[in-house]
Amino acid sequence: MELILIIISTIFVNNVVFAQFLGICPFLGVSSRVSTSMGMSAAVIFVITISSMVAYMLQYYVLVPLGIEYMQTIVFILVIAALVQMVEIVLKKVSPVLYQALGIFLPLITTNCAVLGVAILLIQKQYSLLESVVFAFGTAVSFALALVIFAGIRERLEIEDVPRAFRGTPIALVTAGILAMAFMGFSGLV
Amino acid sequence: MNKLGIIISGIVKNNPTFVLLLGMCPTLGTTTSAVNGAGMGAATMAVLIMSNIVISLVKSIIPSKVRIPAYIVIIAAFVTIVELCMKAWLPDLYATLGVFIPLIVVNCIILGRAEGFAAKNGVVDSALDGVGIGLGFTLSLTLVGAVREVLGSGSVFGWRFIEGDGMLIFVLAPGAFLVLGYIMVMFNKLVAKTK
Repeated sequence: MELILIIISTIFVNNVVFAQFLGICPFLGVSSRVSTSMGMSAAVIFVITISSMVAYMLQYYVLVPLGIEYMQTIVFILVIAALVQMVEIVLKKVSPVLYQALGIFLPLITTNCAVLGVAILLIQKQYSLLESVVFAFGTAVSFALALVIFAGIRERLEIEDVPRAFRGTPIALVTAGILAMAFMGFSGLV
Repeated sequence: MNKLGIIISGIVKNNPTFVLLLGMCPTLGTTTSAVNGAGMGAATMAVLIMSNIVISLVKSIIPSKVRIPAYIVIIAAFVTIVELCMKAWLPDLYATLGVFIPLIVVNCIILGRAEGFAAKNGVVDSALDGVGIGLGFTLSLTLVGAVREVLGSGSVFGWRFIEGDGMLIFVLAPGAFLVLGYIMVMFNKLVAKTK
């Protein structure tokens, strides 16, 4: 029950983009086509779920026993960067089809602050390993949901006659603001 | 390029928020009031100046193949220093900014300036670039924070000039997107007019 609550609250109530403001750069950058946004979403779900497990184990089996929790930021960012490289290499060997689909998005993920953000948040919230993985998966799915919805809207915005000063990022931000209002309707659900 | 020019270009021509569109997450996430925005900007500026200085000092001894991981380690070290200092001396601000302080590591502005400026220029120029870009970022964040505070709670820098509640939506999440979007529109208008 606890786990279902975590899933619902991360996907709808505390949506990672619209309520927590993590991963805005890829949200604005890779959202002009629905097809590319799907690829990016899949890559993010994959990496965030794996990196949450790794971050959990690092924190409780390495950093805490050694008493160096203050090294968290440095260790996490290095491990995530290495992990993304490793995922890329392994995917290339094991599943060339999946690599073809996700390949170009993987290097971009290192700078996605949602990945590091989730790793830090799940330590702050003191989740267990299972809860951490569910929390990370839910957050990644909420990112995917936001990205795909937004890409769908932006595809339509492109053919509209937008005033010159609004073109590009400003109209995207205003659209995101209205979407965020829609997502506020979920608050109080959990 | 003269010294003053480097600083000015960081604030206007290369404004990280409104022109380069970098560091969007803290811009939206921490600007619930002018003070919070200014605090986040100052923390980022501190990291940016120090990492720019160190990277321009060590650029010749880092092999170019491993330069990005090396830069990230340098940046992460300074972020940890800033984080510990804030925890010790500004616990209230640290609690408000929360997860966005460690996330300065993945702020694209800092790695972008390391790769784009500090790796090619001398120590003094790199430090000045850090000051300029840092000031540009701080001013933008303070502006967004001030607008949201005025509309959302009828006060600015904590000084209340309207009794009662403001339009709460501007302090909440949607307001962040809307205010930043409309400020960008005005910025575009101004730039178009001066050309």
